[in-house]
Amino acid sequence: MKLELRGITKRFGALVANDHIDLVVEPGEIHALLGENGAGKSTLMNVLYGFYDPDDGEILVDDRPVEFAGPGDAMAAGIGMVHQHFMLVPVFTVAENVVLGYEPVKGGGMIDLAAARRRVKEISDRFGFDVDPDAMVEDLPVGAQQRVEIIKALSRDAKVLILDEPTAVLTPQETDELIAIMRQLKAAGTSIVFITHKLREVRAVADRITVIRRGKVVGSARPDSAETELASLMVGRSVSLGVDRAPAQAGEVALQVRNLSVLDDAGVRQVDDVSFDVARGEIVAVAGVQGNGQTELTEVILGLQQPVAGSVVLDGTELVGRTVKQVLDAGVGFVPEDRTEDGVVADFSVAENLILDLYDRAPFARGISLDPRKVQENAERRTVEFDVRTPSVDAHAGTLSGGNQQKVVLAREMSRPLRLFIASQPTRGLDVGSIEFVHQRIVQERDTGTPVIIVSTELDEVLALADRIVVMYRGRIVGIVPGGTDRDVLGLMMAGVPQAEAVQQAATHHTVLGEADIEASEEESK
Amino acid sequence: MSAVAAPAPARAAAGKPLPPISYKAPIAYGAVAAVALLLFGILPASGRETSFTMFAPGENIEFTVPSKPTAIVLCLIALGLAAWSFQATRTRRKVGVWLPAVYAVVLVFALLTWAVAGKAQPLPLTSLLQGSLFLAVPLVFGALAGLVSERSGIINIAIEGQLLAGAFLAAVVATITSSAYAGLIAAPIAGALVSALLVAFAIKYVVDQIIVGVVLNVLVVGITSYLFSTVLKENAGTLNTPPRLPTLPIPGLADIPVIGPVLFRQTILVYLMYVVVIVLQVLVFRSRWGLRMRAVGEHPKAADTVGIKVNRTRVWNTLLGGAIAGLGGAFFTVANGLAFGKEMTGGKGFIALAAMILGRWSPKGALAAALLFGFADNLQVVLGIIGTPIPSQIMLMTPYVVTIFAVAGLVGRVRAPAAEGIAYVK
Repeated sequence: MKLELRGITKRFGALVANDHIDLVVEPGEIHALLGENGAGKSTLMNVLYGFYDPDDGEILVDDRPVEFAGPGDAMAAGIGMVHQHFMLVPVFTVAENVVLGYEPVKGGGMIDLAAARRRVKEISDRFGFDVDPDAMVEDLPVGAQQRVEIIKALSRDAKVLILDEPTAVLTPQETDELIAIMRQLKAAGTSIVFITHKLREVRAVADRITVIRRGKVVGSARPDSAETELASLMVGRSVSLGVDRAPAQAGEVALQVRNLSVLDDAGVRQVDDVSFDVARGEIVAVAGVQGNGQTELTEVILGLQQPVAGSVVLDGTELVGRTVKQVLDAGVGFVPEDRTEDGVVADFSVAENLILDLYDRAPFARGISLDPRKVQENAERRTVEFDVRTPSVDAHAGTLSGGNQQKVVLAREMSRPLRLFIASQPTRGLDVGSIEFVHQRIVQERDTGTPVIIVSTELDEVLALADRIVVMYRGRIVGIVPGGTDRDVLGLMMAGVPQAEAVQQAATHHTVLGEADIEASEEESK
Repeated sequence: MSAVAAPAPARAAAGKPLPPISYKAPIAYGAVAAVALLLFGILPASGRETSFTMFAPGENIEFTVPSKPTAIVLCLIALGLAAWSFQATRTRRKVGVWLPAVYAVVLVFALLTWAVAGKAQPLPLTSLLQGSLFLAVPLVFGALAGLVSERSGIINIAIEGQLLAGAFLAAVVATITSSAYAGLIAAPIAGALVSALLVAFAIKYVVDQIIVGVVLNVLVVGITSYLFSTVLKENAGTLNTPPRLPTLPIPGLADIPVIGPVLFRQTILVYLMYVVVIVLQVLVFRSRWGLRMRAVGEHPKAADTVGIKVNRTRVWNTLLGGAIAGLGGAFFTVANGLAFGKEMTGGKGFIALAAMILGRWSPKGALAAALLFGFADNLQVVLGIIGTPIPSQIMLMTPYVVTIFAVAGLVGRVRAPAAEGIAYVK
């Protein structure tokens, strides 16, 4: 099936999310839609899927114009979508989720569950998915849930499958399986629209690449284009993808985490007997798939949660049992993983956000009142230093872009002398330009001799920053490896494979992306 | 010992880590049974006797047991059940619903044996159960009403108002038409009207559902009380003397000893209740309507992406819920042949809400919880007549104490529909 978008325009108030976008997806091709966060990719796909009404433009299926009043119409026209946040009901079985909305029924409106199971089984077997139709979706790992989404789309005879940032939640090995599935689907004649901002993946699977920036198509590229070329198309200027950094000058050990264990409300062990050290002047990255205890680990260090066992010693001082305020006063800087929720107060001005943890000390406090002039001055200085693009320091933080909000958080946390710096997902959802800036600032902080902990689910980020890497899986440390470790080894460890075994497995079975890495480094050495 | 527990960790390796074993339920079972043993069995004086009567066709069966030994035996059985539950929990086996059910029945009998000990008047078992079922009727309808709307994502706090509106309209229509059945048809319409207001505010104007529900309860109380004092009181004869629904014994079934008269010598409203419970139990979990309703209540966006109209589904289900509650309201007037009175539902709508939660949003659970509340309600009446050592206020409290403990986690994890109370706006 051929799918064509002509002049699609979608406005939200004054914001033009999509500005006359043209896109042609030929039958049986993998078409990558590349763009930064906020470039308008997801809006475009929601228009295509009938979720939003376009303000202008038309959609053509096999050269005939169509109109979608809702997702039901889009599905009927053969368009299937796998959303970034899965559209699955957690308490339903796989079969129930797959047939929801077009259930096979027996008499009296009763669902024919046998038919539903058969439908799942048939597609699952055809592509070797190995999904149990009777499994409860909430019990499945993320990769399997994604396959359920794909089965759901295919069972409705989707001829064009839209994958919205499908690799964001996957381990590298799961990503590899997904790439294999995409190739299989293509071979079976299904067209795929692959939405992403990850250059590496685009080059590995796409037949054609369309790049959009600020709601407009800015060009198309072939998959053999260089990564830097794609990046500059996407960002609109040339960018350096790696981080320039000297080897770490690790000093003495500053932070010692020993036998730390944390239980959640249900009594499940979220952090399980974790021990590691961080030295002055080194970056330790905690790698792992989302939800394997990293969040709890950082929150315990900060004092937001109390552990059931273990200790956290910073420069000889025990942090466990102290309040957050005391921990901050001990010299810990913290960038939370959810910046809009925990990093900034959206309704406060930029200036106020910059002193959230400094408001009660000199020079900002004067007795029981604030010194507005000092707050203002501080804000003027910090916004320049950290390149925060804001109309004024009195603007509400909520009106800033994600990248600028993150710079505000960084500016605040780095504006006092630090003995430890912790950043959780420091660049999640940021554009390439901001990522570059944030990474440089983190490396600068390290070079002044501060011990740094980075928590990241992005292997690219871990590899770009880490001097040492702590890999976590289900609350435990799988292994501690040097920075620059092979990404396939890391990927396997993130799935819980012990280090020695991971090295062995990775040596014999490379993932598509890992393979690309090796080729690139071989070419360099030639 | 460890060999018995060995299979459990093996399963953990395959799936998520297993949560730690919670011994709350078995410990509570054991503690309550032990206290009962002390209060009903060991402490009371020996030598007294307890009599029960049961209604059977043509005659009354009466039997008498020695109080103290009977109570002790019953409490020991309860302790045995607690031990069983402990063992099952320890080995991570699931216990069926039979265990709490049998446990409750055994303890209730122990309580009765003690409470009626030495009284001249025997305890009428048949009428105790019959009355329990009867008192449970508005609770069952109310709980099912809440279930249908909450499963689709709309919190229905207005059950009380829907019962009251149903009671009002049933009384008036039945009086005007001189037909109790006409009243039975009018009642659901009144309930649905209250639901219509609920969805109009909750969905169209995205007002907080709990606030709308509370306001609607007050509104219905106000309107019905106003109409009662201005219109019904003066014209009681022409507007507020509803005929009573006739009792329709089902031939054959009604003659079964003990349960026959309890279950099958009832009015059509009770038979309708059986039908609604059974039909909903099947439809909610196995029909297309039920699957879509639950999808909308759990993950509305997912439902929307497969072409299900979220808000339309919610509107229809809430209207249906209101109709069910309205039907339950007919209990207060036409089912009893009583005139409508101000605020005559007396908070039954809120107890129905508790029954829905205790029943974990399932029709059969709601039925069981409502029967429990109905039983406690009626027990207090019956024991009051016979005269017992327990103050009636304590008896009245029991169902609510049970609810609080149950909802606080004794019956296991109670999970509400994930999206309930959250308006769906694209």
